[in-house]
Amino acid sequence: MKFLLELLSEEIPARMQAAAAEQLRTRFVDALKAAGLAHGAVTADATPRRLWLIADDVAAASEGSAEEVKGPAATAPAQAIEGFLKKTGLTRAQLEERETPKGVVLFAVIRREGRPAADILAEAIPQIVREFAWPKSMRWGVASQSTASPRWVRPLTGIVALLDGDVVACEAHGITSGRDTRGHRIHAPGVLGIISAATYLEQLRSARVLASSAERRQIIATRAAELAAEAGLSLIPDDGLVAENAGLTEWPVPLLGRFDPAFLSVPREVIVLTMRTNQKYFALADQNGVLAPAFICVANLEANDGGAAIRAGNERVLSARLSDARFFWEQDVAFVKAHGLEGFLPKLNDIVFHEKLGTLADKVERVAALAKWMCESGAVPADPAQAEAAARLAKADLVSATVGEFPELQGQIGCYLALAIGTDPAIADALRDHYKPAGQGDDVPTAPMSVAVALADKLDTLVGFFALGMPPTGSKDPFALRRCALGLVALILSNEIRLNLLLAGNHALVAVAGSLMRRHYRHDLRDANNRLLSLLKLDRSDLDIQTQILMALQEAPFTGSINDDVYLSVLDFIVDRFAFQQRESGITWDLINAVFSIDAGPDLVRLLTRVKALQAFVETADGTNLLAGYKRAANILKAAEKDGIGQPAVSTGDGAEAALAAALDVALPTATAAVAEERFTDAMAALATLRAPVDAFFESVMVNDPDPGIRARRLALLARFRDAVHGVADFSKIEG
Amino acid sequence: MTKPLSFQSMILALQNYWGSHGCVILQPYDVEVGAGTFHPATTLRSLGDAHWNACYVQPSRRPSDGRYGENPNRLQHYYQFQVILKPSPPDLIGLYLGSLDAIGVDRAKHDIRFVEDDWESPTLGAWGLGWEVWCDGMEVSQFTYFQQVAGHDCAPVAGELTYGLERLAMYIQGVENVYDLAYNDAGVTYGEVFLKNEQQFSAYNFEHANTEKLFQHFKDASEECRALVAQKLPLPAYDQAIKASHLFNLLNARGVISVAERQAYIGRVRDLVKAVADCWVEQAQ
Repeated sequence: MKFLLELLSEEIPARMQAAAAEQLRTRFVDALKAAGLAHGAVTADATPRRLWLIADDVAAASEGSAEEVKGPAATAPAQAIEGFLKKTGLTRAQLEERETPKGVVLFAVIRREGRPAADILAEAIPQIVREFAWPKSMRWGVASQSTASPRWVRPLTGIVALLDGDVVACEAHGITSGRDTRGHRIHAPGVLGIISAATYLEQLRSARVLASSAERRQIIATRAAELAAEAGLSLIPDDGLVAENAGLTEWPVPLLGRFDPAFLSVPREVIVLTMRTNQKYFALADQNGVLAPAFICVANLEANDGGAAIRAGNERVLSARLSDARFFWEQDVAFVKAHGLEGFLPKLNDIVFHEKLGTLADKVERVAALAKWMCESGAVPADPAQAEAAARLAKADLVSATVGEFPELQGQIGCYLALAIGTDPAIADALRDHYKPAGQGDDVPTAPMSVAVALADKLDTLVGFFALGMPPTGSKDPFALRRCALGLVALILSNEIRLNLLLAGNHALVAVAGSLMRRHYRHDLRDANNRLLSLLKLDRSDLDIQTQILMALQEAPFTGSINDDVYLSVLDFIVDRFAFQQRESGITWDLINAVFSIDAGPDLVRLLTRVKALQAFVETADGTNLLAGYKRAANILKAAEKDGIGQPAVSTGDGAEAALAAALDVALPTATAAVAEERFTDAMAALATLRAPVDAFFESVMVNDPDPGIRARRLALLARFRDAVHGVADFSKIEG
Repeated sequence: MTKPLSFQSMILALQNYWGSHGCVILQPYDVEVGAGTFHPATTLRSLGDAHWNACYVQPSRRPSDGRYGENPNRLQHYYQFQVILKPSPPDLIGLYLGSLDAIGVDRAKHDIRFVEDDWESPTLGAWGLGWEVWCDGMEVSQFTYFQQVAGHDCAPVAGELTYGLERLAMYIQGVENVYDLAYNDAGVTYGEVFLKNEQQFSAYNFEHANTEKLFQHFKDASEECRALVAQKLPLPAYDQAIKASHLFNLLNARGVISVAERQAYIGRVRDLVKAVADCWVEQAQ
């Protein structure tokens, strides 16, 4: 049998429809499984006004079942037998007596009859409706007198439940199931009685409702492309927009409209965004890929004038919106022509970046200092003064009228405004690109100035929030710090930026402290600030300097809130994101840890090269064996070193022991030199030469010689071996 | 093709339509408000369990939206037509569509769409689910099922419809500039009635409003509101709360409230509305 369920409601938000259809399917399949009712394929989908589901080959009834329950002995006290009868719901005569090794025992066979599909469905439907979870739901109507009244995404108005041609009678949310639904509001007003589950889709189609979202999407995409081609243009593809329009229409009819080419003086992104976000229109391009003064909207009916009025109406709406956008844009251009982008900067004092981290003006100050340092230190090959200038202007467009209207265009608008007044294009690009990469798959800037500002912006955000004790916790990452750190990692690796993160952390932290001072005292901070700045001049990233900086900060009463472990926590966090990002290339956390634990204060480029060399090495036979040899040596030493290994004998060993010592004499300086020169593959190769001597050593030499001097000599040799390996990576951290 | 309705005829048609569907036809509330929702016939009446159906035109003031009469689409003073139906009736969408028919929107020729738009008013401490209604891509109404007002669950839930009258009229009349709207059928335009209003009030809102006095008025209204709540007089107290809200909007337009302070002011108004609503609900029980 074929089963149809339709839940008719007022308009369901487009963005929720697909997930709701899937939820309906899952709940339905689960309910039938729990009831033991067999069925074939189940399809679920949605239109703006309905969720629907069709199940093929639904069995007429669930399978019957028999369950056997063992009871007490036949000779058990009456009370025990009574209890068993009560539990099973049978009478004494219905129990079977069976011979067992323990005597005669009573058995109950409980048979459950198969239940008709209609009964099972009549129970399942109300339960599905009741338990359905919408991202946001509401109460409505007379029933809402009670705050516990039924909830749905919008008022639920009808339930169609048909098993072939028969109504499955049930009630949910105060609505009685039936066969009546509604077709298209204009083309097929009034009640539509569904004859059977098998005719549902075709009846809807006749009533100008395309129940399949895939079909609506396909019509929108195809017809929009056709219309564009007819006008000599091409559609700028946008799958998200296709899906959204399919969620807003039951009978989609794309129409092509035009707008005044004079509006093309407004940045393309502004026009496209206005059309896409506000109006859900598709943008079009001419043969050269230039934005065309035309759009495609999707109506929900075949209008009786062929769509002329709808087209004209949409053209007018867009024209009004573009007039507004042009007004803002021209206002901004006039402003920067008169005052430069700098003219916006004072207003950044009024925008709070974060309550504890000050205003956007504070942030700009910090980012500018950091960007400058990134270039001065040689990490990024850009002109320090220019990078600083770009960073100062990077947030200027946030107070422009255009970004006020179109916040998504932050950066982009700054770039256009900069170009409009003849700013160096490299600076303009940096204004646009410093937010990038905004997520995985986003472009990573490569222009040095963009890289400098982007790195500085991200590092400042990370250090700022960590310094003030606001790291992400669990699933909560309100300031998107994970994404920020991933962006930082991507910038560093894809541009091979040799940035000492600890040193950079010093500068970022001191900049944050500077902001706090300004906020706290507003004036006369020169002493504290100079002290911090003089520490920075030492240009060191060791623990000592970190301690000094933290102490200097903590002397000032206002910075008591700075976390002591800010360095480690930020660094760990970044390396953690680095590990997350590298997981795709098969680099496991233990390998990263093996390098990171002996090479903290790293730059990520070196870390990655080193980890990759290590990964390649441990995948070879030499590597695996050496790892085994290392672990064996380390275990022996761990046990022996507890009590001290004693005084080694002066005598030299022979055989395998001598061979290992000789091999170490060669390998150790080779590996050390290679590490120093960052030739990590060569360092691994040097280690590989130790494999055979180590294997031979363990094969033929007994470490625990009765002579304590000889034992100590052999242990010292093993320690040398262990330390040689350690110079390359901490093999103890490697799994397997 | 029949002549499109003038601004005033459209209002009359909407009143007749909703009046014939059981709504009390109220007159505008005589205190400045930012939107029709602030009328006590909506805010306060949406609380409690008494059934209530009403419609009314409400002049709405948004000082920051003034453009000295120079922008064809933006006004600091405009009209909303507000319908409140409690409990929300079955097929409210159908009723709404009937009202579009009543003002001459040919739905066989125009594309009406219900686009998700959940409503939230931080000042009223209220939220609801619903849509903005599009006609050929233009938003002509807001459609909301109130779920909470002033922190109280709505029981029963009211359906609220808000028509942006100028926009709707511009649409029906095919006019690009609000000041060109036919106000009546005797040749009077919207501009003749309201252009001076926009020019002078924009100057007042942005340049001349005495901010020192406005801050004082805000304080006075807040205190008066609290005092009246203490006297168990929620209706007059509510007047003071919406006065405070409008004064805040004026101060905001004058640019004397910083971003940081903004939230605090909104919070203060919300607290006033909440105190009034608590008092109102208590009396209703």
